[in-house]
Amino acid sequence: MEDILEIGGEKLNCRLFIGTGKYPSDKLIPKIITASGAQVITVALRRVDFSAITQNVMQFIPKNIRLLPNTSGARNFEEAVRIARLAKAAGCGNWIKIEVIPDNKRLLPDGHQTVKATEILAKEGFVVMPYINPDLIIAKQLVSAGAASVMPLGAPIGTNLGLKTKEMIKILIEEIPLPIIVDAGIGKPSDACEAMELGAAGCLVNTAIAASNNPVLMAESFGKAVIAGRKAYLAGFATKQKAAKASSPLTGFLYEEK
Amino acid sequence: MSFYDTYLKYKNFDFKNFFNSVTENKIKYILSKERINRLDFLSLLSEKASGFLEDMALKSHKLTISNFGKVILLFIPIYISDYCSNSCLYCGFSAKNKIQRRHLNYDQIETEAKKIAETGIKHILLLTGDAPKIATVDYIKNSVKILKKYFSGIGIEIYALTQNEYNILIQEGVDSLSIYQETYNEKLYAKLHPAGHKKDYHFRLNAPESACMAKIRSVNIGALLGLDEWQKDAFFTGLHADYLQNKYMDAEVSISLPRIRPHAGDFKISHQITDKTFVQIMTAIRIFMPRAGITVSTREAPEFRNNIIKLGVTKMSAGSSASVGGYALHNNDTKQFDISDTRSVKKMEEAITKLNYQPVFKDWQTL
Repeated sequence: MEDILEIGGEKLNCRLFIGTGKYPSDKLIPKIITASGAQVITVALRRVDFSAITQNVMQFIPKNIRLLPNTSGARNFEEAVRIARLAKAAGCGNWIKIEVIPDNKRLLPDGHQTVKATEILAKEGFVVMPYINPDLIIAKQLVSAGAASVMPLGAPIGTNLGLKTKEMIKILIEEIPLPIIVDAGIGKPSDACEAMELGAAGCLVNTAIAASNNPVLMAESFGKAVIAGRKAYLAGFATKQKAAKASSPLTGFLYEEK
Repeated sequence: MSFYDTYLKYKNFDFKNFFNSVTENKIKYILSKERINRLDFLSLLSEKASGFLEDMALKSHKLTISNFGKVILLFIPIYISDYCSNSCLYCGFSAKNKIQRRHLNYDQIETEAKKIAETGIKHILLLTGDAPKIATVDYIKNSVKILKKYFSGIGIEIYALTQNEYNILIQEGVDSLSIYQETYNEKLYAKLHPAGHKKDYHFRLNAPESACMAKIRSVNIGALLGLDEWQKDAFFTGLHADYLQNKYMDAEVSISLPRIRPHAGDFKISHQITDKTFVQIMTAIRIFMPRAGITVSTREAPEFRNNIIKLGVTKMSAGSSASVGGYALHNNDTKQFDISDTRSVKKMEEAITKLNYQPVFKDWQTL
């Protein structure tokens, strides 16, 4: 059975998205891509050095992977828009992950500014993937603004705490007609698997892979977990029952012979 | 409201009594917490906590990796002028020291910048002495204009400015400010800074906040460890950083840990900071502020710098010269302090890579 995730006209077979930050060496990146099967990789434009005389992250990203530049470092919508345009001009394509983070302590995103940036960039033809708190109202505004997907956080960036915002993410999955890709906070493959079981369209994982003692093995594990969760979602779960039904204490009287 | 109000709250705090009350169980409990408060942080600076250095290091290591990854951002200082009107008792550039002074012209700055750029480092830190009439804001602004051609991140470590002056330099492309209170101890500060522009404790104390108000991207503060009792200055540095982070959420707050080094002049270091103490301070700060940058310069010895890479540091200078014109013009006679780690950028890169960490040359660009 073919199970395709379509974003911005592109057909993806793999629902795990990966990052490029925090690795002990950028040389690991091609191995991470192979091991995880990922077809989309995000990179912070502020870290890219197009005139580098030293090693640079871009050298290690193969040509056949979809580049998803992100606006890391943007504190408001103007900065995000400027970074997105620069990314496009630098040849990074028209996909953009919007991160507007005015909070350096907890790294939480500014939904309002994100919506503004999305509106502008979608009109300019960008495939916009905004990173937000799982807030239904903001997500709806992003739909109207022309986002290509919505990327809610499972927990604050880098915390590896898992799906702390699970109930809110479930609401987005039910209410938003765009692919929901859980981004940030995923600490373990089982967290990614759980997100997929809930019906998320994909997961973006960076820290949990990059900061592992064996990033390549962890990347493979995440790739498999996402597949497992997705298949479980597609298969449909058998209903849960706490205890076996013995009698009908509430409606039994209806069937009593008089 | 300024950080001074916070300082006043703890100015007469009974540190001795507090430290005596810290127990081993208290330290164990603090180390098990997800986030710690001010007094927990102070407890980690106690004598009792020094028996838990390995536990503190492990926690600091974990927090640093999850927040920053296995990476060290490299930067390099450029001294463009060492004229100074201050007479800070502990500094090689003090006006009292009869040294050969230098003030680079714009061509010389460009020559130095070109030479530094050959290392591949994209983050530069511009330094001057404290002589606003010689190294004027305008001179610094024009120097930034030159550095912009070669570097993507430009920091300044100069005399304290007003919000308006910071704004001028930020508009020109400065994205980070390093400014050290040296000591938070107001009385001692007055003694150590008897003359010059730096004499004004409050103006200095408020400078990082003025820069935040001018919307600077990143501020780096610190105390010159060894001037006062280190527990106090480390504590106030942490409180100051926390104050800035909470009030200016969009600023990236970092802490430098300079230990006082030998230099021209005859200042006697009153409080020696051992390697153990340094590690205790650094890991305590990391546990208190998991997202703060921690900067360590070439004041520290090569082997020690290698050893602390896993303990919480996020930024390091490399291939540094602490004298004006020290890269291309070869004037290495007058230094602000003696550099201890003299390794080249290339060697530093190798050392970091060998520890399975990534040396980062570019992490920022004013866009």
